[in-house]
Amino acid sequence: MKQFLQGWAKNEKWVNLVLFAIAVVYPLLFTRAYLINIGTLCLVNVLVSLSLNVLTGYMGITGLGWAGFFGIGAYTAAILSTKLGWGFLATLLAGAVMTALCGILVGLPTLKLSGRYVAIVTMAFCEICRALETNLDWLTRGSRGIPGIPRLALFGFRFPKWMQYYVILALVILTMFIINRIINSRLGRGIMAVKDDDIAASAMGVNPFRYKVMTFAIATAFAGLAGAFYAHYIGFIDPSNFTFDQSTIFISMTIMGGLGNLMGSVLGAISLTVLPEILRPLLDVRQIVYGVLLIVMMLVRPQGILGGFNLKHIRQQMSVRSGGEKHE
Amino acid sequence: MLLQQIINGLTIGATYALVAVGFSMVYSVLELANFANGAFYVFAPYIVVLLYASMGWGFIPAFLIAVLATGILGAMMDRFILTTIRNHKAQTSSSMVATLGVSTVIINGLIAVFGSATRSLPNAVNIGRIYIGSAIMTGNQLVIIVMSVIIMAVLSIIVYKTKLGSAMRSIAQNQVASRMMGVNVNRIITVTFLIGSASAAIAGTMVAMYYGSVDTTLYTSVSVKTFASAILGGIGSVPGAMLGGVIIGMLETFVAGYWTSAYKDMIAFIIIIAFLIFKPNGLLGHRKLNKV
Repeated sequence: MKQFLQGWAKNEKWVNLVLFAIAVVYPLLFTRAYLINIGTLCLVNVLVSLSLNVLTGYMGITGLGWAGFFGIGAYTAAILSTKLGWGFLATLLAGAVMTALCGILVGLPTLKLSGRYVAIVTMAFCEICRALETNLDWLTRGSRGIPGIPRLALFGFRFPKWMQYYVILALVILTMFIINRIINSRLGRGIMAVKDDDIAASAMGVNPFRYKVMTFAIATAFAGLAGAFYAHYIGFIDPSNFTFDQSTIFISMTIMGGLGNLMGSVLGAISLTVLPEILRPLLDVRQIVYGVLLIVMMLVRPQGILGGFNLKHIRQQMSVRSGGEKHE
Repeated sequence: MLLQQIINGLTIGATYALVAVGFSMVYSVLELANFANGAFYVFAPYIVVLLYASMGWGFIPAFLIAVLATGILGAMMDRFILTTIRNHKAQTSSSMVATLGVSTVIINGLIAVFGSATRSLPNAVNIGRIYIGSAIMTGNQLVIIVMSVIIMAVLSIIVYKTKLGSAMRSIAQNQVASRMMGVNVNRIITVTFLIGSASAAIAGTMVAMYYGSVDTTLYTSVSVKTFASAILGGIGSVPGAMLGGVIIGMLETFVAGYWTSAYKDMIAFIIIIAFLIFKPNGLLGHRKLNKV
């Protein structure tokens, strides 16, 4: 295991390249519509899980109502495209911006509270969103949902399934790049300092509240982006897509992948999306097996698949050790 | 009208309070949001349905067996799953995911055995009704309120007056220190789960009797609302959790009665958020100092 990790740490770039290549080749190898559909949904969940990891892994707040933010993005895109006829580039952006605004609205009054209360605030927010989605009939058509959301299209050309796959793949890679840059920036280091000890952080000149609000806005923006894409991709949304149950699936993906590890989010989201599909032949007992597997995975690796692994750290250790040998 | 609303609100609130107390006890000891609690709440009435309605047992033994079975289920969840995760020294959110897994298993197990259709639970308490002015209090409502008060009184005594209770409170403050003082931490936590899930079982059965039916879809809204009640009242405070539960039950009933039932949950949650902003430690919670 240790050697495996060291090998991975040494060749991280190559591993990433290979994973990327697999993701690119996937729809070419598996051309069945069903498999491309699963691949696309995997990537949507990866995007959500990445955004939730920013909040839960790097900021230390268990986001219990992430489906609420996902839903805002989805509804924004759906309403703008069906009622106002906006194109998908505009609606994706609008979904992200709208969700970030809601995130700031929720975050500003509540992020001064300790993490456990923010967790319940996000949970309550998800329920509020669902109530609004169900009852604002003139805007959201209530529980009948919004049908006929136009598929991704550019200049009148409607993207086939495999092209949509590449769109979400591009979004995921862009998001990973941006989140990675943010984590290794002043903001990212500040937010991790706040997570470890907010008093020490503020003594060092980091304003915990400002950093938290900024990070919350960024995290929610990506959740909204995922929601907006999902609405276009699936074509029909109703409030039952964005319930507390959905939120628990999102948080399970993130925790199972490993907190504070972006690759972990990718693995967690893919495994929890693919697992129910693999279990489909089991019919009635499928959900039971799913629950049992969730428990078993938490028993075997409570810190998540890739939790507690820091490739950078392993590399540093390795270079220290080899440097030490040279001195001897 | 007003009095009737108060009675209805109090009844629902009392059941939320009962679940919230158990939830709050677990949360204060482990900082773990136990989402399996909602599943226990649904599990018990199904056992009652099986024993009482299908197999023709008396109501009281069926009820007792259901509560006991649920309590043991909760204790087993802690003993065989959560203790192992704790020993790995993982973050509590991993335990939370495990409780989500447990609730998935329980809920879908119930669906597999009993089917997803609503099952009816015949009313076992037929003691007529009481007229208070223009309002009516049914026998069921009276039983729910009285039972809840008694159980919560017992739980308060356990938490605040017994050795077990002081062990729980000491673990909530500092696990390592209580272990050094000779508290068997894991056993006390398991007992806490036993009590928590048993109280959820009692509440669930009483609500099922009140509505005359039980189905598995109840569990999400109960999980969310008990979490909210516990936080609202102040984590770790037994009277606080009761107060939180009653307030949420009342709010819901009043919004539904005087305005619109469409927004009843939403109003409750908006008030909770507003409340947390102004009183972050809950109604009766202790202020935690922010220390280095």
